[in-house]
Amino acid sequence: MKISTEELTKTIVIINELGLHARPAAMIAKLAQKAESNIWIIKEGTKVDAASIIDILSLACVKGTEITLQTENFNDINIVNGIVDLIENGAGD
Amino acid sequence: MHHFENEEKIIQGISGSPGICIGKSYLVDKEGVDVVEKYSISEKDLKREVGRFKTAVKNAKNELSSIIEGIPEELREHAYILETHLVLHKDKMLYGKTIETIEKELINSEWALKKVVSNIKIIFRDIEDTYLKDRVTDIVQVADRIMRNLTGAKSESISEIDKRVVLVAHDLSPADTSQIKLERIKGFVTDLGGKASHTSIIARTLGIPSVLGLDMATRDIKNDEIIVVDGSAGLVIINPSDETLAKYEVRKQRYEAYRANILRTSHVTATTVDDFAVEVMGNIELAEEVVSVKDNGGDGIGLFRTEFSYMSRSSYPAEEELFEQYKDIVELMAPNPVTIRTLDINGDKALSYESSVNEENPALGLRAIRFCLKRKDVFMTQLRAILRAAAFGNVRILFPMISSCEEICEAKKLLKQAGDELEHENIPCNTNIEVGIMIEIPSAVIMADSLADVVDYFSIGTNDLVQYTLAIDRGNKNVAHLYNSLHPAVLRMIKQVVDVGKAKNVKVCMCGEMAGDPFNIPILIGLGLTELSMTPQNIPEVKTIIRELNQKECEKFLEDVFTKTIVADIQKLLQDRFGSLIANGYA
Repeated sequence: MKISTEELTKTIVIINELGLHARPAAMIAKLAQKAESNIWIIKEGTKVDAASIIDILSLACVKGTEITLQTENFNDINIVNGIVDLIENGAGD
Repeated sequence: MHHFENEEKIIQGISGSPGICIGKSYLVDKEGVDVVEKYSISEKDLKREVGRFKTAVKNAKNELSSIIEGIPEELREHAYILETHLVLHKDKMLYGKTIETIEKELINSEWALKKVVSNIKIIFRDIEDTYLKDRVTDIVQVADRIMRNLTGAKSESISEIDKRVVLVAHDLSPADTSQIKLERIKGFVTDLGGKASHTSIIARTLGIPSVLGLDMATRDIKNDEIIVVDGSAGLVIINPSDETLAKYEVRKQRYEAYRANILRTSHVTATTVDDFAVEVMGNIELAEEVVSVKDNGGDGIGLFRTEFSYMSRSSYPAEEELFEQYKDIVELMAPNPVTIRTLDINGDKALSYESSVNEENPALGLRAIRFCLKRKDVFMTQLRAILRAAAFGNVRILFPMISSCEEICEAKKLLKQAGDELEHENIPCNTNIEVGIMIEIPSAVIMADSLADVVDYFSIGTNDLVQYTLAIDRGNKNVAHLYNSLHPAVLRMIKQVVDVGKAKNVKVCMCGEMAGDPFNIPILIGLGLTELSMTPQNIPEVKTIIRELNQKECEKFLEDVFTKTIVADIQKLLQDRFGSLIANGYA
């Protein structure tokens, strides 16, 4: 089966007042850790591991930042969508 | 560097707050840098070393879990940050990277962890957003807990310490210092910090001896060692001999007896022998300190720093919250005056949520009135709260960092607008309050005659005035020794302001650290200052000294002072003339 790269990436804007701080980062990492393969968060060309809180925090995603989620594994698309839902809903803030 | 067992060693620092204490050291070493040892691990021991690290992480996690379990159900929601810490323990970037470093470089766990954390810190250093940048502290706290489990050090936070100890720290942030429970701490010493740094101001408020700027205290002092802290002389004695201990025990008792004696007479107004009355007031930062001002016999509050309620939170406080706080203070102090200084942020007190400010040189940046005139919404909220509190007692408003006439006129316009709004909304307030400015920038000294036409009083803030006049960062220990309020340039500036005040009939107060140092009092009385405001603990001593002085004589003495061109000569003059009087205050 041929998978388009479009399906494997999602772009989203951070709405949290304080940006992706420790709590949302922890929630994202928790989800990403369930994935079979790596899930990446990309901001302005910098790519980090979504399963690491520290990596997410180091991206410094303030409110209004546009980030792209990317996976290499079709089986992980649900997890990517879960993270998108989380971020769209303000990630617990 | 090692000092031999039982060998007495004296290390010199900067006096943070006076007094003497003898007690066991308690190291609060956040950085852990100098304590961590590095050694290699052989291939065959590698597995055991990684195991040791994993065990430490497991123990750290268990420790934290039981802390979380101990939090009452209704407060669990606020424990989320600890839950996040729990997850962080096994984070790839921390856990995985440390194991990888141990294995690749064949080094011990402590060193590998330290290395990984240093790298994380470097990444975070470049983050511009101050709030997100500060999240590195979460990672550091987790790493610290793992480190303590590796080295077997005790894991108590400052607020958890349950024995009376002397804190030894690399540095204490205002947040750390605010956590200190007086009954548990005898005193503290730090590697960083200068005489007028925020830490030392808080130490004096707490009324515990402290020595700062020791440079290597956290390296030279071991945990659980008996040390002597002489806050008056600014020195620490490690491994004191029996003779030294006996000597300091006597000095400690003498100092405490002197304090008790001057406290008894402190509630009476201070007048010189020739009937020159001086109002001696307290500087405060927290509402709780009003009690300290009253206990020490303060005639009012000469400086209420309002920054504290803006710190350690995620957004600006609301008008109602500020009003309630100001009202408490004003009511407690009535009928005596409470001088409320409007927000003086940035400089050394950066707000984590004000991410737009990230400056190379904050002391010369967007701080205090400059910030408030830019963020009018924040300013108006505070002005309204102050005017509302003024209905409940004697309030004076004080604008910081005024450097030009435009700024004070703009601030007064906004104050009037705030008053008009409140009256229009039928909210009780008092708009008929004294308006003053801080004189802390050289340009304000030079413009004092013009500024006098638009204000009711001046308050000389010597901490910043000295800093800006002499171009010295008071927190930088490399130049802190050059920071001297008796510098002839500073004295001339103060005289200029006092003279303008007399000519224009504008009251002149002094609220900097200079006013609270007994050594300076003869000069300040000679200059004719009628209102001094200081750390509450200094009030009794300053009052005692004022009562011994003769204002006319001090005025004459000042003529001699102004013939001197170097600080040492001025100090010698003071020492020769008033040394014995002032020495009573020192242990």
